[in-house]
This record gives sequence, structure tokens and C-alpha cells, in this order.
Amino acid sequence: MFNSAKNTAVQPDSGVARCSGSRRTPCTVSTPALRAPGSRTAQAGFVLLPNLTVGRALVYAALLLMAIYYLLPLYVMLTTSFKSLDDIRAGNMLSLPQAWQGGAWVKAWAEACTGVECNGMQGFFWNSIKMTLPAVAISTILGAVNGYVVSMWRFRGSDALFTMLLVGCFIPFQVVLLPMAQVLGMLGIANTTTGLVLVHVVYGTAFTTLFFRNFYITVPDELVKAARIDGAGFWTIFLRILLPISGPIFVVCIIWQFTQIWNDFLFGVVFASGEAQPITVALNNLVNTSTGVKEYNVDMAAAIIAALPTLFVYMVAGRYFVRGLTAGAVKG
Amino acid sequence: MSASPSQGRLSALADRWLPKLVLSPTLAASLIFVYGFIAWTGWLSFTESRLMPRYDWAGLLQYQALFENERWWTAAANLGIFGSLFILFCLLVGLLMAVLLDQKIRAEGALRTIYLYPMALSFVVTGTAWKWMLNPDMGLQKVMNDLGFANFTFDWLVNPDMSIYTVVIAGVWQSSGFVMALFLAGLRGIDDSIIKAAQVDGASLPTIYRRILIPSLRPVFFSVLLILSHIAIKSFDLVMALTGGGPGTSSDVPAIFMYQFAFTRGQLGQGAASAMMMLFTIVAVLVPLMYMETRSAKRV
Amino acid sequence: MKLKSLTLAVMAATLLPAAAFAGDVEVLHWWTSGGEAKSAAELKKMMTAKGHAWKDFAVAGGGGDNAMTALKTRVVSGNPPTAAQIKGPAIQEWGAEGVLADIDAVAKAGNWDKQLPVVVSNVMKYKGKYVAAPVNVHRVNWLWVNPEAFKKAGATVPKTWPEFFAAADKLQKAGIQPVAHGGQPWQDATLFESVALGVGGADYYNKAFVKLDKATLAGPTTVKVFETMAKIKTYIDKGAAGRDWNLATAMVINGKAGMQFMGDWAKGEFTAAGKVPGKDFICTDAPGTQNAFTFNIDSMAMFQQKSPAAVKAQADLAATIMSPAFQEVFNLNKGSIPARLDTPMGKFDDCAKKSSFDMNAAAKSNKLVPSFAHKMAMPSATEGAMVDVISQFMNSSMTPAQATERLAKAGAVR
Repeated sequence: MFNSAKNTAVQPDSGVARCSGSRRTPCTVSTPALRAPGSRTAQAGFVLLPNLTVGRALVYAALLLMAIYYLLPLYVMLTTSFKSLDDIRAGNMLSLPQAWQGGAWVKAWAEACTGVECNGMQGFFWNSIKMTLPAVAISTILGAVNGYVVSMWRFRGSDALFTMLLVGCFIPFQVVLLPMAQVLGMLGIANTTTGLVLVHVVYGTAFTTLFFRNFYITVPDELVKAARIDGAGFWTIFLRILLPISGPIFVVCIIWQFTQIWNDFLFGVVFASGEAQPITVALNNLVNTSTGVKEYNVDMAAAIIAALPTLFVYMVAGRYFVRGLTAGAVKG
Repeated sequence: MSASPSQGRLSALADRWLPKLVLSPTLAASLIFVYGFIAWTGWLSFTESRLMPRYDWAGLLQYQALFENERWWTAAANLGIFGSLFILFCLLVGLLMAVLLDQKIRAEGALRTIYLYPMALSFVVTGTAWKWMLNPDMGLQKVMNDLGFANFTFDWLVNPDMSIYTVVIAGVWQSSGFVMALFLAGLRGIDDSIIKAAQVDGASLPTIYRRILIPSLRPVFFSVLLILSHIAIKSFDLVMALTGGGPGTSSDVPAIFMYQFAFTRGQLGQGAASAMMMLFTIVAVLVPLMYMETRSAKRV
Repeated sequence: MKLKSLTLAVMAATLLPAAAFAGDVEVLHWWTSGGEAKSAAELKKMMTAKGHAWKDFAVAGGGGDNAMTALKTRVVSGNPPTAAQIKGPAIQEWGAEGVLADIDAVAKAGNWDKQLPVVVSNVMKYKGKYVAAPVNVHRVNWLWVNPEAFKKAGATVPKTWPEFFAAADKLQKAGIQPVAHGGQPWQDATLFESVALGVGGADYYNKAFVKLDKATLAGPTTVKVFETMAKIKTYIDKGAAGRDWNLATAMVINGKAGMQFMGDWAKGEFTAAGKVPGKDFICTDAPGTQNAFTFNIDSMAMFQQKSPAAVKAQADLAATIMSPAFQEVFNLNKGSIPARLDTPMGKFDDCAKKSSFDMNAAAKSNKLVPSFAHKMAMPSATEGAMVDVISQFMNSSMTPAQATERLAKAGAVR
């Protein structure tokens, strides 16, 4: 029962064993570190058209075209944020600013109104951090431990329980707002940052559990079996054997959770207290004017400011993200 | 790590209940916050709740009203269109980019980051940006007209028959990079030796991709399908920011329908009924997917 | 040492909330931009001057949609704000849920019954007791005109629908977009109600959209209203769908378009662009609605509070909102007119003065009607269903007869 989990990782029917499976024999119990980021990650893949330069040119052309598609909105946002309002009204969106102006950025950061306060986005940054960090940390740790249980310590019904947990990923969040408010009210943490963190942890843990479970399921049995024979217990195996090799999946999980929670608007607007609103709510207040003058350059600058931390995380940790995924997050 | 026999027995005992104990808080939370709340919503869908929850039984009234509501059917049809196209294009674009990127490409890291970054943005930002780009007065159409293509029109955003497709464009833009990353990871995870063996057998590389590599990505397909269908069914912020469900109600989706009826129109019961329909859809999509996945995993 | 710090912590924990509670006012609103935010900031200033702490709870978006969601969850969690920006029949709906606070004592002390027009005070009361304080009155049935564009086209400012279409034709010939419009559901509805009032008159409007009389709604007047709408549609450009109202206003400001149907908040856009009323732009009644007045009142509904300090702060808030000083400064910033009748109008511009004059006249001649596009006339469910039909009509090839039938059906939704 303990073993069966591991075998699911192999897909003999397709005639192709995946990296983890095939490396089961060569990648030995004694060198777990080798398993970390997939073996081929550093070098590139199989070349479709190795010698045809025309073909390669086409490949590059296609990739560049895609890159333009992906970059265009960012380009528009960036240039718009540096234009004056007259410039925006007069020119078209692809044109460069006639005169580069940073005023919109200053305004978005420190002067724009987000309510009766007109201090821009600066204060809300900290609010978002106070909410995001604990929520990411707790849900990731919970996910790691849960994933460890459902992959390594399977018991009767654990598969069913895991499936049950997974359904939690799919519940539309609009559905839970009112009952959640009732529960938070009963617990006495309505409209506190604690309450908001709890909400994010509750609805984030299903995903993190999935990530870790799919990663741990690819870890060779021998590793754990040997440890058990040595008398290592539940926590020892987790802390000494699994945690040290979990780096890649932690990266994936943390990036995913950080993005989800930082970008969340619905829970933030509903469960945060007025003065502890996260930055997405501030962005919404700034961008949405019901009866006021719309300053697109400030809107765009504010949107970029709100997205900076997640963009930064992707830029810096992006390659670990793909590596981490390679290391097993998407399998099973 | 050596232990005395008695300690070993004790720890073995501990090891038997520890896993369950560790899992139980999450399970309890899931029972209350997912299943309990679904039950609560289910109950409300059988009541005449308006502004606030009321608990008096009212039968199938809300479902009847829901099924008579044309806007609901528009929303449901739109979810069908958006969901299938969004998933299809994300898969195609993601897979294509993954295969292309897997060709020993220079600057692969930079390209990968470019493809991935939309995932870092919130849907509100995506919607706002694309709303600009697709607006006939300010966006692409104007750019093309300024460039001299006077007859170029691209008015999907303001055309009630086409507006839902603009949501597809923006949605694919946001999510296909992530799909690419998953596929690329899958490709990189395949063992070299199989390819080498196939090459020795004289198979051409496109054939290897078609016959060996892509089929072996099947488990990745499952993960991708799960994540994409989850994004599609829940899609709310993106539609809200891009079209607001308009023009008219032409790009309405169930999540917006539910939100407006439950929260802004004071028809909580009706909103709950639509939420239950959404949940049924999710189960209908999810259960076969999960079943297939576990089945393929167990066939060892 | 440890024990001591623990005791301190406990003491701090028990003392701090109590201290923080003294006179906290938390106000849920969606005035987050420009002149509005400045207006709301005046309220904060006045409240802090009275020694209360202001906790801002601003949630913008969708004309209060997000704010309503936040409010609902707040009330469900047993933690409602001191006051929330709620208007029209929604005040009655919240009153029926039993969560609103009775501020009749404040109203009696301030003699609100005398200071407010009856149509306004009726909206503020639930079962005869004041539960909300009015902030301003917006007039919705305005037509904004660019006189220069009209001059260029040789058109005259219309007073009737035939005149309107004649002017529109002239504008079109001169290469000027006749009507600037934004195709968002609430804007479609704003246009519709001005047309309904202009074509059908105040009696029809009251019967159809306040009393929701089915026969009137399904009658020939409604068909005529939709026919007029269909005709107006031909004078609106294709890019209107999803356009924000202020961009449509900008089209009038820079002469790209000749006119716009919009409430008096549009004035803020004109003045922000440095335009002078009467000279650079003209505010006139929507065709056929002379002497009639569609009103849209912003108000603050008061929610029941637990602590005595919060109740005291709430009373002060209500009194402050109704004070002439606040009514003047708030409405100067926002473009609307004071709800209070005795507010001096000296500092207001011509459009506001006309609005104030027309309101009094319309009240006397029974032509003061609530705006349903701005949630003043009917239950939110009915309003939503009607707006759905109107905006579908604007964005499809539905015939006026079909639209009438569906509007009548929507009028039965509760």
C-alpha cells in the first residue's frame, strides 16, 4: 500500500518511461541530489531541423512573432504611462511619447486618490505584503506536508480524500463570499488581516497539496524504504530525506501562490478591513472612476506598479519555475 | 538513526496515526469551507433569498426563473464558446511554442520569460490593457488605419456577435505561456535514450515528436486541461475588465451572472441557483478528467 | 519578566480596541477619484474636527457593484460599517433586513423634514423614521451641447424631438458626430430614461417606471420611446460600445461630437477642461423634458452600531452630512446641487442654479421623477432586468415592438 503510489509515475503503456521513472535504477538511492532539476534542463532539446538554415530561420521568426504578441500590451502600457493626456488623446497607442514624462508615475505612487486619502499606491504595498507573505508561507508548508502524506503514507481512502481536496480548487470564489463572512464573523476575525490570510490559506492549500503530491510521487521508493528500515519516523523522513530535494517544487509552489494571492481582488475587497486593503483594491479604486476625469497614463502606471512584485518574481525566478516543473510538478 | 525495538514499535504506532492527523486540519477545512459552503449555497437556491440569506423553502422557483432567463442561456453558451476555444488555443499555442523552444534556441531564457510574464499579471491588468488595444477608436484598428490601411476594421470588441472572441484572445495571451512552460517541462523530462533509440531505428525527428514525445506528454495534458478548465469556468475578472459582459449582455459568462444577481441585484436565491449550475458543470467536466487520469495512472 | 510582558500584552490587547473604538466612523463609499474624492475628504475633515477617527472604506467599480458586495459580506459577518453609500429603494430593502439604525432623533433636532423636499425625505425614511442622510441631488435629464459645433453646422439647440433630429442631421452633414454616447448598460439606460420622459411625459414615466404598471409599459408609448431610441442609435458612432462616459464627454468638449445625454456630473469634465458654462458648452434639458426633473440622490444609510461611542459618532456623522456648510462644499466639488433647500446657491454656477430652480418648479408641478437608470425608482432586481433589455436593444437588431414586450416582462421581475 505504501509502494503502490510510486508505480503510478511510470507510464509503460506509451512505451516511454519518463525521466524520473527511467532514472529509478540509475539514479540511485545514495545520490538524491542528482534528481533535482531535470537532467536535460541545462542543455536544450532535440533539434527538429538540425541543418536546414531556412527551417531554423522559420523557427526563430515564429518565436519572435510570438514574442511580439506577448510584449505588445506591456509596450502599450509602458509608453502610455509616460505620455501626457493630450498626447494620449491625439496620437495612436503604438506611437512613442512625444515627450517622455514621469509625472504619471509620481502621481500613481504618491498622489493619486484611492478614497478620501490621496497618497497613491505606496501605502497599499505594505498591506499586500503583510497579507501575502504569511498566506504563501502557511499554504506552502501545509501543502508540502499534505503532499507528503498523500504520496508517501497512503492509507485506505487517502486517494478519495485527495480527490475530495482537489475539488476545492474548482469552487467559484463568488460562491463562498457570504458563508465565509459568516464563519469569519463567528470566529471574531472578520475584516482582519488574519481572516484574509485564513481565507487564502484555505483555498490555496488544495493547489499546493497537488503540486507537492505530484512531485513526491516521483521520488524513488528505495529512498524512503531504506530510511524506514533504518528506523526513521514520519517526520525524520520528511525533514531529512524529502525536504532537501524539494527545492524546485518549493519554487514552483511559492511562485504560483505568490502570484495568485498578490493578484487576488475579490477576497481582498470583501475580507480586508477598509484601511488594510491590498494593492489590487487600491488599483481598482484608482482606475475606476464613476464620475471623474480619467487619467489613462496614471492608470497604466498604477497597474504596472501593482504588478511589479509578481513581475519581479517571474523575471528572477522564472527559470527555476520551468526547472521546478520539469522536476515533477506536472506529472501524475 | 538506529533505535531500540520498543522505540521502533512506538514510532511505528505513531507513524500509523500521524499521517492522518497531519492531513486532518486540511480535510476539516475542506469539509467546511468547500463542501459545507456548497451545501449552504444549494439550500439558498431553494429559497426566496433576496438581499440577505433567508432559509424558508421555496422549491424549484429559482431554477425555473433561471431557465426562463435568456441572459442565463447567453452566459452559458458563451462559457461553451469561450471555454472550448480558450482551452484549444492555449493547448495549440502552448505546445507549439514548447516544441519550438526545445530546438536549441539562443536566448531561450529571455523568450521563456517573455512568454511567461503575462501569468504574473492580474486579469484586471490584462483586461485593461487589451481593452485599449482592441478598441476600434484607439487600438489596432486605428494603428492600421494610420498606417494607410484605410479599410482595415477590427471591431470585435464592440460587435455583439464577436465580443466573446476578444475574451478568448486576451485569455490565451495570459495563459498560453504557462501552458508552454508545462509542456516544455514535460518535454525536458523525457529520457534521452528513447530518442536515441528511435533515431537509431531511422525515425525522422518530426515523427519522433509526433509518435513518441507528444504522446508521452499525456499526463501533462491532464494537468493542463485541469488548470485551463478551472480558469475558464471561473473566468470573471478578465471578462469584467475587458468587456464588462457587453456590448449589451453579449459576452456575459456564468460567473458574472451569478455575481450580479447575488450581490448587486438583490436576487441571492437566483444567484445561488446559477452557482449550483456552475458547480454541476464543473463536476461534469472534472469527474471524467480525474477518472481518466487515475485510470491511466493505475494501469501499471 | 515573562509574566510581566504577558500581562502587559493582555492589558494592551484589552485596552487598545476600546480606545480605538471611541468615535470611529467607517464609511463605505465609491467616491475615489478627482472631485468626488475631494468632496468626501471634506466630510472626513469635518468629522476629525469633531474628534472622531475616520476609517476610510472606499471600494470603487461598476457604480457601486463591488461596494455592495463588500457591504453584504460585512453585514453578514456582523461587522457593518458606520454608514454606507446606498440610495433609492435599496434603502428600503436594507431597512427590511432590519440592519439600519434609526437616526430620527438627529433628524428631529436638525429639523430635516423642513429642510428637505418631500420626495427626498421619503427616500431617506424607512417606516417613517430616518435611516439615511442625503448628500446631494443629481439631475439626470441633461443634454450637453457644444455651441461651436452647432454654429459650424448651422444647427440650433433643440427643445423637442423633431428639432433634435433636425439638428442631428445638420451636424452629420457637417461631418460632426451628432451624439456622443458610451455603450455601457447604465449609459444606455440613462439615455433611455431621458427619451422616455421626453416622449412620454412625467405621468407616463411615473406609471411605467415607478409604479411599474404593466399596461403602460406594454403600451404604444413605450413602442414610441424605443422607436426614438432606434433613431438616435443611427446618430451614434460604432466605437461607442464599452466607451466610458467621460470619453464621450471629451468628444463633445473637443468638438468631435455635438451633444451628449448625461447627468450633471458631466459638468466636472467640462470645467476640468477649462470650459465655461453658457459660453463653451451649454447645459439644457433633454428634448421634451422642460420643467421635468429626473433626480438621482446620493445618500448615506446608517447601520446599527454596537458600542455607544460608535452610535454617538454616527449621530455626529448624520448631522454633519446635513449641515449647510458640508452640503455647499461637497456639491460645489461634485457638480450636483445640495439636497437641503436652504443652502445658499451664490457660489454655484449657472447650470447648478438652473438645476436647483427646476427642481423646485418640478416638485410643485409633480414632474419631479426618480431616475431608474441610477437605481432610484424600482427594486434592484427589476431595474437590472429592465437595463438588460434596454442594453440588448441598443446592441442588437431587436425591433421596438419586441423590446416593448420584453421590457414589460422585465417590469414584472421582483
